[in-house]
Amino acid sequence: MIINMDKYIKAPISDQDAKELRAGDYVYISGILYTARDAAHKRIYETLQKEQELPIELKNNIIYYMGPSPAREGRPIGSAGPTTASRMDKYAPRLLDLGLKGMIGKGKRSEEVQKAIIRNGAVYFAAVGGAGALLSKSIVESEVVAYDDLGTEAIRKLTVKDFPVIVVIDSEGNNLYETAIKEYQK
Amino acid sequence: MRTINVSEITSNIKEMCIEANHYLTEDMDAAMKKAVQTEKAPLGKQILNQLQDNLEIAAKEMIPICQDTGMAVVFLEVGQDVHFEGGNVQDAVNEGVRQGYTEGFLRKSVVSDPLIRENTKDNTPAIIHFEIVPGDRVKITVAPKGFGSENMSRVFMLKPADGIEGVKNAVLTAVKDAGPNACPPMVIGVGIGGTFEKCALMAKKALTREVNQRSDIPYVKELEEELLETINKLGIGPGGLGGTTTALAVNINTYPTHIAGLPVGINICCHVNRHSVREL
Repeated sequence: MIINMDKYIKAPISDQDAKELRAGDYVYISGILYTARDAAHKRIYETLQKEQELPIELKNNIIYYMGPSPAREGRPIGSAGPTTASRMDKYAPRLLDLGLKGMIGKGKRSEEVQKAIIRNGAVYFAAVGGAGALLSKSIVESEVVAYDDLGTEAIRKLTVKDFPVIVVIDSEGNNLYETAIKEYQK
Repeated sequence: MRTINVSEITSNIKEMCIEANHYLTEDMDAAMKKAVQTEKAPLGKQILNQLQDNLEIAAKEMIPICQDTGMAVVFLEVGQDVHFEGGNVQDAVNEGVRQGYTEGFLRKSVVSDPLIRENTKDNTPAIIHFEIVPGDRVKITVAPKGFGSENMSRVFMLKPADGIEGVKNAVLTAVKDAGPNACPPMVIGVGIGGTFEKCALMAKKALTREVNQRSDIPYVKELEEELLETINKLGIGPGGLGGTTTALAVNINTYPTHIAGLPVGINICCHVNRHSVREL
């Protein structure tokens, strides 16, 4: 049986917070998140290959795999739910080794990502897929900080307040997708 | 003969793109509400409740239900007695998509080339399927399709000897592999028979059938019901975080096929199974 704990954390996330979170915890994040999905990850990766400087600081930060719909007037952002994380699996271990502490997405991760999470004391969160309107209400500010030409795939700096996520893979390698499914399998 | 100006196609498709991305159809809405009542897992129930809140916010504040407002799939059933004037029908459809996605604050998710990958910035082109039918009406179905679930869809070219058990295994394999990636609770569209492309197209079209409407063919209806029950025993649940609501419906379409084959197409859709239907 998984005991769901409600926790409130700050982002960037401290080493200790990241280590203490457990798969199944229901977490409300306040602070700064950076968005990046397929195209931004490809560029980040190419920048690293060329040994050039990245447009964002990775250390203790959380990347949200998300590309929003356009904001209507007077709003910081449009619909803003998670995209499938596994498409970033090719790039994630390298970023985790460079200090990235958290990722928010939805769906399964590869063995390599899981190992990199354990190795670096990091955490993988899921936000509820397809709840983009609801999730947008926890985003207070949004600013494009890099790769503006990528449109929805640009890197955005988000200020969030009580952004709701669930810990799926924790720093010990516990995986909620695997354990929770077993509980309701008949 | 009835004459229709293609500008009518454009204006309707524009509205339908916006409508489909902000409101679920009645049958989908009812199925989502029912799921909240029947889900056994506490976390699953909590997620289904969040999805109810999400739908409410989307409709009230005009924020798309999901940020992935999809690639616009458009089915046009054109009566053979219809004459179009005022331009090219395909261009009119794309113009409707362009206006809908731009003026409706929908996300532009289409790249012009699958490998060069430059965003077209207006979500065109649409995927258009034409069908010529008797009569003088035009039925338009706009079904924006998100790719979290589209990526988990499959085509299996089974052998005739695999039979109905082979079909069941194929569907269950696709659903298990999809798991949390496809944003469950899912709707499963299945096409059995035809050819390689026909089964995929049938699966896509099956997703536009109401979720509470079963097949007219008795054995297909039974198969739909049995598969839904089996899928909901997999434990995947809402958001893939465990529970008894993994799918809301399995919609199956069939078609004659070749003596040597048993094609099965499985098109998976998330809980935002969007479509809007109008008749001109």
